[in-house]
This record gives sequence, C-alpha cells and structure tokens, in this order.
Amino acid sequence: MADRTMAEKVLARASGRDRVAPGDIVDATVDLLYMHEMLALALGPFNEIGIPKVWDPTKIVVTLDHWVPPPNEQIAKMHQQVRDFCKKQGIARFHDVGDHGIVHQLIAERGYAQPGKLIVGSDSHTNMVGACGAFAAGIGATDVAAVLATGRVWLRVPETMKVFIEGLLGPRTYAKDVILKVIATTGDDGARYQAVEFHGPTVKAMPMHERLVLCNMTTEMGAKVGMIEADEVAQEYLAHAKEPFTSFGSDEDARFEATYEFDVDGMGPQVACPSNPANVKPVEDVAGTKIDVAFLGSCTNARIEDLRLAAEILKGKKVAPGVRLQVTPASQRIYRQAIQEGLVEIFLDAGGTFTQSTCGPCFGGHLGVLAGNEVCISSTNRNYPGRMGSPQAQVYLASPATLAASAIYGVITDPREA
Amino acid sequence: MQTRFRGRVWLFGEDISTDHIITAGYLGTTDPKVFAEHCLENVDARFAKEVKPGDLVVAGPNFGCGSSREQAVLAFTHLGVSAIVAPSFARIFFRNAINQALPVVECPGIHEKVKPNEEIELDLERGEVKTASGEILTFRPLPPHVLEILEAGGLVPKLKRDLAARRASS
Repeated sequence: MADRTMAEKVLARASGRDRVAPGDIVDATVDLLYMHEMLALALGPFNEIGIPKVWDPTKIVVTLDHWVPPPNEQIAKMHQQVRDFCKKQGIARFHDVGDHGIVHQLIAERGYAQPGKLIVGSDSHTNMVGACGAFAAGIGATDVAAVLATGRVWLRVPETMKVFIEGLLGPRTYAKDVILKVIATTGDDGARYQAVEFHGPTVKAMPMHERLVLCNMTTEMGAKVGMIEADEVAQEYLAHAKEPFTSFGSDEDARFEATYEFDVDGMGPQVACPSNPANVKPVEDVAGTKIDVAFLGSCTNARIEDLRLAAEILKGKKVAPGVRLQVTPASQRIYRQAIQEGLVEIFLDAGGTFTQSTCGPCFGGHLGVLAGNEVCISSTNRNYPGRMGSPQAQVYLASPATLAASAIYGVITDPREA
Repeated sequence: MQTRFRGRVWLFGEDISTDHIITAGYLGTTDPKVFAEHCLENVDARFAKEVKPGDLVVAGPNFGCGSSREQAVLAFTHLGVSAIVAPSFARIFFRNAINQALPVVECPGIHEKVKPNEEIELDLERGEVKTASGEILTFRPLPPHVLEILEAGGLVPKLKRDLAARRASS
C-alpha cells in the first residue's frame, strides 16, 4: 500500500519489517552514529556493558565541537578521552580539531547523511541532517553507549506532521524567518515525539543550506526528526560523496497526524524574543531594542551562505559603538572558505571578531558567554533562560540578515531598511 | 522494581528546559555531584539544597525540552528524586530518564492539581496519582518495553542482562 510517510519507510526497513505504524516500538539497526564530546560521557556506560569493541567502526563519525579549543584542563582531558577511544576502536572518521566542525554541519557537508538512512547523533539538533532525506534523531549518552555496543536502538515510530509552505518570501527573508513563524504557530512542543515533513513549492525552491535551517529547528518544535524529500537539489548537494542516491519521499496517500499550511507570500523577517523560541514577533514589533552582542554562529545559521549574506550587509559599514559582533563559522571548511572569499576581512573591518569553528556561546559553553542584563541578537536556535550564559541575559533569535543590520545600528533593525 | 512511590512534591512550571535544569557552565565534568549541586538553581535555588531522597518532581508540560544533555537526568537521580510527573516531556529527556531508571510519567493536568510540599502517591502499574486531597488522576501506564528497562534498573543493566542470557543460551 502506498500510504507510508518518510519516517515509517525508514523505520520499517531498519527494523526488518514490511510496515510499521505510529506508536509501534521497533528495535532498529543504525546506519550511522555520530558524536561530539558527549562520547566522553558515554564511555562509562559503554565500558560497563562489557563489550570491548564497537559494533562497526565504519558506521561511526566523531568530531569535537562544543569546546574547541578546550578552555580548561577538564575539557582538554575529555578531548583526550575521545581521541584515545577513536584510535583504540579504529574509528577512521574521527575529525579532530583542525578538520572539525559543528557535528551536524560536518555530517551534512561531508555527505555522510544519505537519503533513507537511520542516523542517531549525540545532540538534539541531529534533526538538521534530515534535510538530506535521512531519519536523524538525537539521543543521550546512555543511548550512545548502547548503540556503540550493539548497533541498535529502540525507537517509537512517530506520527508525522506535514508542514506545507507556499508563496514567495519578501525581501531579506529566509528559511530562518519561515521556521520561526512555524514554531510560533505550533509552539515549542507542538510536534513533540513527531516527525515533521516539509512540503510545498517554497521548500522545493530552497537550496540545501536553507533546508538545513528548517530541519534544524524542528528540534524547537519538540520533533523527533525533521525530513525533506530527497530530490535533485539534495542529489546535487550529496553528489561528491559518490554514494548511490535514491530519490525518497512519502507516499501520495501517506497519513499525517496533522497538516499545517503556510502562505509566506511577501512575509517579512521574524524574531524570536526572550526567552522561548516560540515567542516570535515580526521584526517591526521589536525594532529599536538595544543590543550589546550580535552572534553569528551555530549549526543553524553559520554556513558560508549565511556569512556571505551578513558580509554583504556589513561591507563598508561599522558595527555600532558599544556593540560586539562575533562570527563563528559552523565548520573548519567554512572558516577556510570565508578567508578565501575575503569575508573575514569584511567582518574585521566592520569592527567584529572572527573565531574558529565551535558551538561556543550558542550553548553558553565558552568563547562569548553573556553576562546578566546583556542583550544579544543571535543566529542560533534556542533562547531559554541561561542558554547563552547568565539567566538574566536576553536573547533574540533572528536570521543572519536581521543580525547584521542590527549590529550596524546597535538596535534590532529591519534588514529591509538597512 | 519499585512501582509505588509516596513523596513530597517540588512543583515547577511549563517548558522547564535542560538549560534551566543544568546550565552549560557546569557541563565540563563527568561528576554527577556537580550536576546535582546546581540542579534548577536559577529556577528555585532551594531545590538542590533542600530536596530529600524520595521527593517527587511535578511540572508543567514539555519538561526537559532543549538539549540532549543526560547530565540533566543525572542531576535528579543523584539527588534521589524518585520520579518526575508532568503532562508531557521532551523526547530526549524522556529517553535519558528511562535509560537511567528514573520513572517519568505523563499525567495530564497534574501540575494544576498539586501544591508544593504536599505528599502525593504514584502507582506506575495502575497508572494513578493520588493527590493530598485524595483526588485520583489517571495516566496511560508506560509501554511494556519501557517498563522492562526501568525494571532492569536502566538501559545498561538491561543490556548486560540480555547479553548474559544470550551467552547462556548459545
């Protein structure tokens, strides 16, 4: 019967069943496990399980991203443990500092996320690589240990929410603005335990770097995975990996738990206000809010296209007095490309800083953590209290364009007017 | 396995994220004592200091939303919290809790029916919460697969048990 969603197709194949239904609990074979520093926390439970070798080192990818380079001795030790484990276990795809990236970006840009694959990652934003047509879900340290030992994971087959988007976005409006609008409609738990599939001409017309933004922030809808049919855009993006490509989407008669339709024709930029990603307003409503920091970084919006966009707006301009602009590329490759394209010089000329690739301040870890009462406009994904440092700090989530315009004027600024 | 709990309630609101539970500044260690000491410190500074083993946490919808950090669960287990009851949980927090053998129960409306400090009773098998006033709220019991993990004492003990059984039969 041709009535299966993308998530149902992947989970049926991965659990060796003809078909699965939402609510079923399946024991599934993992195609790819990827990890960052959380691997260090999984070593205890892995050793306790008592299986000395990982199930398949060729199905594992590891990098370091949260604290790069290590800000203190404890973290340095954590990195050492990860390095030692990868060496001992023969994990060839360990991307150490220097060849690293925020893990989701690394997985996407290296072509490791292929359509139809079952992927689990040690981070909540694993949802992002579902933009390549994979079923990609985040898990915690104990689950990671279990997958390392057995190559299997138990999963509840999710209901699927269909998000249909049509219309031509207004000027200086992007996937970030769209997903903020979607989250505002569903709430930050509107897709809890569910798979979210994006459909519609607006999505079809989006290049991969924008599709990745949509799937990335399905996490902020509470979703288990975000998925987009792997079409010719995905095929071109993944071609360099030289893996057999299968076009892959849900069936015409697939059953969706809920369907949301958005007409984004002419829609303008959106901003998620403190302190919930669903607290979204049109940029006009918050324009004029004074900022201290503008942070362009994270897996959500720090790809080369995001940097180009911000640089285009900042070129020849200066960051407002008293405002700090920090640009942190999502991977080492993007870092290099930004240098080659002259983008770094534009940010520095504007009075900004440019750092090595790391998650850094997005999760309040290091390298730009906020003090109490500081106001930050950020291209990241979450703004719960304490997320980027002090629980008193105020974080506004926006697109790289809104962020760049705001950095110039020192207040939240409509990028259409910058 | 313990399936019935009686304990004092610590009540929290909705959308309590893992950033609320344990902020990133404390993640640079694998020592659960650190997570416990700073658990929910920006929501209720008394909690980590005064919570007693056997106390229950009750909260509003979407408890544990945000990051995948299992440290958020370890903070509660290290403090001896016996179970968490909320109308809904974020999915990774839910898995992490079950994997650490911390019962998490989705009980609609619970956060509006209990008060801080009162004693409630929780019965996992019957799917019931009894409030201090004697009102009984029901919830759908955990699926058998999830109960099995809890019963084994968490995912790691369950895997060890399964592996031992497989070895014995082969």
